[in-house]
Amino acid sequence: MTDAALAARLLAQDPAGLGGIVLRARAGPPRDEWLKALAAAFPPGTPIRRMPIGIPDERLLGGLDLAATLAAGKPLRAAGLLAEADGGVILVPMAERLPPETAARLAQVLDSGELPGPEGTSPARFALVLLDEGVDDECVPAALAERLAIHFDLERPLEGEAVQPLPAPGYLGSLCAVADALGAGGIRAALQAVKVAQVSARLAGRDVTEADVAVAVRLVLAPRATRLPAEETQPEQPHEAEPPPPEDNQGEGAESEQTLDELTQLAVEVARAMLPPGILEQQAGRAQRGSASGQGAGQMRQSPSTGRRAGVRAGRLGRGARLDLVETLKAAAPWQPVRRRERPATTGVLVRQDDFRIRKLVRRAQSTTIFVVDASGSAALARLGEAKGAVELLLADSYVRRDEVALIAFRGEAAEVLLAPTRSLARAKRALQDLPGGGGTPLAAGLEAAATMGIAVQAKGRSVTTVVLTDGRANVAREAGTDPMADAEAAARGLRLLGLKSVYIDTSPRPRGEGARLAAAMGARLVALPRADAGTLAAVVKAA
Amino acid sequence: MKFTFPFSAIVGQDDMKLALLIAAVDGRIGGVMVFGDRGTGKSTAVRALASLLPPIDVRAGCRFTCDAKADGPCPFDCPVGSGRAVQKAVPFVDLPLGATEDRVVGALDLERALATGEKRFEPGLLAKAHRGFLYIDEVNLLEDHLVDLLLDVAASGENVVEREGLSLRHPARFLLIGSGNPEEGELRPQLLDRFGLSVDVKTPELLADRIEVVRRRDRFDRDPQGFVADYAGEDAAVVARVAKARKRAPDVAVPDQVLELSSRLCQALGADGLRGELTLMRAARSLAALNGKKTVTPAHLAAVAPMALRHRLRRNVLDETGSTPRIARAIAEIFPA
Repeated sequence: MTDAALAARLLAQDPAGLGGIVLRARAGPPRDEWLKALAAAFPPGTPIRRMPIGIPDERLLGGLDLAATLAAGKPLRAAGLLAEADGGVILVPMAERLPPETAARLAQVLDSGELPGPEGTSPARFALVLLDEGVDDECVPAALAERLAIHFDLERPLEGEAVQPLPAPGYLGSLCAVADALGAGGIRAALQAVKVAQVSARLAGRDVTEADVAVAVRLVLAPRATRLPAEETQPEQPHEAEPPPPEDNQGEGAESEQTLDELTQLAVEVARAMLPPGILEQQAGRAQRGSASGQGAGQMRQSPSTGRRAGVRAGRLGRGARLDLVETLKAAAPWQPVRRRERPATTGVLVRQDDFRIRKLVRRAQSTTIFVVDASGSAALARLGEAKGAVELLLADSYVRRDEVALIAFRGEAAEVLLAPTRSLARAKRALQDLPGGGGTPLAAGLEAAATMGIAVQAKGRSVTTVVLTDGRANVAREAGTDPMADAEAAARGLRLLGLKSVYIDTSPRPRGEGARLAAAMGARLVALPRADAGTLAAVVKAA
Repeated sequence: MKFTFPFSAIVGQDDMKLALLIAAVDGRIGGVMVFGDRGTGKSTAVRALASLLPPIDVRAGCRFTCDAKADGPCPFDCPVGSGRAVQKAVPFVDLPLGATEDRVVGALDLERALATGEKRFEPGLLAKAHRGFLYIDEVNLLEDHLVDLLLDVAASGENVVEREGLSLRHPARFLLIGSGNPEEGELRPQLLDRFGLSVDVKTPELLADRIEVVRRRDRFDRDPQGFVADYAGEDAAVVARVAKARKRAPDVAVPDQVLELSSRLCQALGADGLRGELTLMRAARSLAALNGKKTVTPAHLAAVAPMALRHRLRRNVLDETGSTPRIARAIAEIFPA
């Protein structure tokens, strides 16, 4: 059986216990096949519901059915999707676009297994299947993903070597040790691995064996790995790891010392076989960016469902629109006598669709500042150091404004993202600890990298300011044979087309023509700062 | 029957447990901020403590938890009836990240308004958390307008509602527990300052401890009833300790020498405002009470200083030294050996 098929059957065994599955796959026949297999794994009649990612709260959690209420003249509630899916599965297509608010609510209900309602709580125990169609660094909200035990990628099918179903009494300790060796998501992941091993064993109708441990490593731990275990497991580590003599019913007796070692080794081998070189950087990058920018997806909507109020407009309900009741009733008031004549039997206020007034909500526009720093030549280190200082000052100042800062440096042959957009000072400090400098000046590459990042940030609904720090003496072309300066100007014009706000800081001791030309091509404000220091830089950016 | 993971079954995390107990002894300390990665058992610990605390007296028939003695008549028009008191578990409210202002503050009761035209207030999460815990996971990702709102209510202990033709106020005194990962965004200093204590939570470093965490959780998941029963004795001891400390705390003496040390420590660290000093004193007194002592000693002060002060130090962003080492250094310099 493939891991994908196995994952479906495991989930059917204990949907609420395992939480669910994060399935990375594009829409297409393989995914449809898998979804069919998933449905088939559950007993007939199990609710399997699709959740559109823009679902409003009252549909998700249940709430007043306004249309029915108005028609009936008395309050009528409608159950939400989560209550309807109790005991079943909720599928979330395009989960990488899931707004953080919805993810937070789902996480809360997953944790508690119940829904708060007007008359106490009602059960809502379900498994969540997130269909992650993200490309590059898009990924599902981390706070939700980590609550779902099983992670796998349908397009990277992984067939582990067959593992013998030998008894594995020390599986709990081994899985903890492997989770640790792989740097895989802390205690929660280890616990999920234990559960998956138990469910896998139950599925086969036996106690936990090495084969079940291998399944848990493949489906739970390896996909969360952030580092590769050392080639040889050091013998002293598992000894240290030896759990205190167990007092419970798991049967880890005196023989466990030997078993634990071998079993841990085996599990580590399973993980290693699954993790080709290079894959870890990818996974780690995704996880990191996911947590940093996981709240972007919701901010594109024109009228957010949360924020400060800014007046009302006539409109229809749905898509997260929030009714302003007082304004609605005011709109309905003048018509009451007329409507009462039409429906003399009803009591209460007669409200119709046209009376609905929707709240307009505004959210403060959030911005991202991208520093593009020339790290070439001899002045590189000083320039980078000041840019780093400016990044930290801006972040320290941006609690209030929730602004993000990123830093791209270019030197030698290419540009490098040293700091992906973040508003965490702690992260910035770590990322900018060692700054490489020296070499040629690939200005065009730097500006192109800024444009790429700018597009991605704009797609999340944030406004972008680019700050370019250079002396403008491009000397590394995009390709052999082209003119470095012409390349740089072309890239600068590209940046202008994106409609970003830009500041060009000319750091050359005696400014010459290129600075002005480049700034004009970028549509940037030109600031000559031969000795830019962190404080001045931060002030220039704040004024931008 | 739903079981809560027992407080005393939590492995390690001594700082967090101590901070929660101190806050439970003296509610005026004003909340605990827990920094750390996800999945380190923060919410488990807070939930466990809430379910551990002795039930509170509420009016019979009241949907909420207003205190008949301290709060006066119920602000939510509950039937007053005989005014008999009944016992209710300490409320624990989980504030979700995307909560709307309506849900937090409360809003006009739509159902009533539509059905009968009656203007009635539907209390929000702030009312539900009264006399209990308000837990905010990932508080650093909370939207600004909600943060502003919470700050004000947490400081005043009262929720003032002026909206949709409603004008009312109701008491909302709760222990604010926030959690967050500083890697995912900074917290505003004003918000940090509202939290009396702050602690760092990490995944246990020893593999043996981690295995023990997973083992206990696994046992709890399989047999919650048996597991809870196993720890009932230890949990009862914690309840007794908190109850005794609550009684004793007001009478714990604070010698002048300790007061002076506390002032000098805050001054040396440049901890902003009086609030730090006040919290430090209260926390030290609670700790002394928890330990069954009648007098606060410099050792008590030193034990709580990091959690009471580390989030209040004015930071120089270009200085790499963390707050905790700075406090340790100041303690070493100022305190008599």
